[in-house]
Amino acid sequence: MTVPRMRFTFWKAVFLVIMVAGVYCTFIRFFRGLGASTNLSDQFPWGLWIGFDVMCGVMLAAGGFTLTAAVEIFNIKRFHSIVRPTILTAFLGYLLVCAALMYDLGLPWNIWHPLIMRNPHSVMFEVAYCVMLYTTVLALEFSPIVLEHFKLHRALKIVRSVMVVFVILGVLLSTLHQSSLGTLYLIMPNKLHPFWYSPLLPVFFFLSAIAVGLAMTIFESSMSSKYFGRELELPILRDLGRVLVVVLALYGILKFEDFYHRGILGLVFKPSYEQRFFLLEIFLSVLIPLAMLLVPKIRESAQGLYLAAVLCLLGFVTNRLNVAITGVENAVGGRYTPKWTETVITAMFVALGFAIFGLAAKYLPIFPEEKAHLPALRESVEGAASDPALVVSELAVPVHAGD
Amino acid sequence: MSKGILYDATKCIGCRQCEQACATENGLPYDDKIAAQELTSAHKLTTVVTKDDKFMRRLCMHCEDPACASVCPVGALKKTALGPVTYDKSKCMGCRYCMAACPFGVPKYEWEKAIPGVRKCIMCSKRVAAGKQTACAEICPVGATIFGDREALLEEAKKRIHDNPGTYLNHIFGETEVGGTSVMLLSSVPFNNFGLKTDLTERALPLYTYQVLSRIPDFIPLFGTMLGGIYWITHRREDVAKAEAQEKANHDKGGAE
Repeated sequence: MTVPRMRFTFWKAVFLVIMVAGVYCTFIRFFRGLGASTNLSDQFPWGLWIGFDVMCGVMLAAGGFTLTAAVEIFNIKRFHSIVRPTILTAFLGYLLVCAALMYDLGLPWNIWHPLIMRNPHSVMFEVAYCVMLYTTVLALEFSPIVLEHFKLHRALKIVRSVMVVFVILGVLLSTLHQSSLGTLYLIMPNKLHPFWYSPLLPVFFFLSAIAVGLAMTIFESSMSSKYFGRELELPILRDLGRVLVVVLALYGILKFEDFYHRGILGLVFKPSYEQRFFLLEIFLSVLIPLAMLLVPKIRESAQGLYLAAVLCLLGFVTNRLNVAITGVENAVGGRYTPKWTETVITAMFVALGFAIFGLAAKYLPIFPEEKAHLPALRESVEGAASDPALVVSELAVPVHAGD
Repeated sequence: MSKGILYDATKCIGCRQCEQACATENGLPYDDKIAAQELTSAHKLTTVVTKDDKFMRRLCMHCEDPACASVCPVGALKKTALGPVTYDKSKCMGCRYCMAACPFGVPKYEWEKAIPGVRKCIMCSKRVAAGKQTACAEICPVGATIFGDREALLEEAKKRIHDNPGTYLNHIFGETEVGGTSVMLLSSVPFNNFGLKTDLTERALPLYTYQVLSRIPDFIPLFGTMLGGIYWITHRREDVAKAEAQEKANHDKGGAE
């Protein structure tokens, strides 16, 4: 249960170094402009900050809506104990995406403009609204955790009574903007390489967001068990692994059908710059994780699940970077690699994500109480008996045991 | 009537007076060093590209249905009724989607500035609104760049090709590209010699995103109802199970007594 002191000191040092470098790069970015702080150019108006911080950030936060939909809407109770960490991840993810956007926008102080200057024909306009609204919804979905911590029972009761509406709104908004990040690229039929340009781009973005949501949940549960001394909820992760198999299979088959109907299957076997990145992406994101998870022995083991999830995450991160960068490089005639300052800023946001998650996990009731604490908790929370969360966490094990 | 520009490369002598006039009109510096640059940028909104002994002007094409204006979330870029695609920096938030979306790579960014904006040819929109022609058309000593009603210019271009089929490539660049553009180009050699893409779709680009976006208002109530419905059904089952368990418990109690 206790964490070795050495490890924490090491990561604290790493964190500190990244933060100091990040502050320096922030200074360069805001006082000397995008030209001085990035390798962006007229050919590459979008780089690492859009490709990773925004596109991958939103994707990696997809566990929030995937798990709340499963638990709250589809009423799959055995996943209940892992909903809170995924909501925390999602909320954090979106806050960091918004912060990263402030770095990438040329005139960040105008970020509120879409509120009064509306162009509903713009996909970016729709994404802006969805992200704005969904971040608000996530704050509300996250609020019970804070309210519980400060024992604000009346507020807690009010929030809980309207939670269904927020959950539905959250799933709706997520579906819209996860797919819309793909729709953004539909305007570039002559720019984006056919490996990635497809009329189905929004569908691929949505399906992969679900896959990543599941993989991210497996990843963060494994990490939490390693660093916070949490007991690993292996039976739940196994079930998530099973769902992940189905989603990856659907994604893979749709990808194949899409390539087949657009007549570009041959391109997959023809060596090219794009082909290498595409193969890397498809093996990491779909083929290897799928092959791994189809083997019962791997699917049942904590390490196997963890490894498959990590590969899947890396694969879909590659996918987003391919869409944002690799896929347009030849069309605009050039290569883009991020400047060190861009990389440092991105590293800063990743580090902040881990650090804030760690702090929240330490000070807020993110994880369900261990069994022994249950009765105490029940007494402390008004109307706990009617709270599905607690009833469910007790039910979870027996329900699953029969599986 | 929508205005336009017709550039006839076969008449161009490469004097670059259009570049100079454009710089003056837009308050940009112009010297020999800038004249030598054959790429447009935030400080050079039009350029005459030289390839062997042939010339080609590059400038904003002012699409009939421009991708840049369609993607701009705040409407900073606009296609005006008169033809020019204009830019309003006071609205812009700097997302640069216009640059990513433009099929001709026209919008350029003031990368070196701490408070940057997009720069592009705006077809001298103020002059055009005042009934004047663009600075580049006005200065052109040989009539290679002419300004007028787009329809009339298109007819003129067709007439030139028809009358001198040996001189011209049978292609008016901008007649149909991405749904047609207000700026049209004539040449005797292939356009891709000058870096112009000749494989562009004839469909206006905004239609590609609009066909998805336009479904969203219909999608929201349907999907919302579906989610609400699933919630209602899955939780109803739970209520029934609970009631049944209660009944069973009562029954067992009753039986035991």
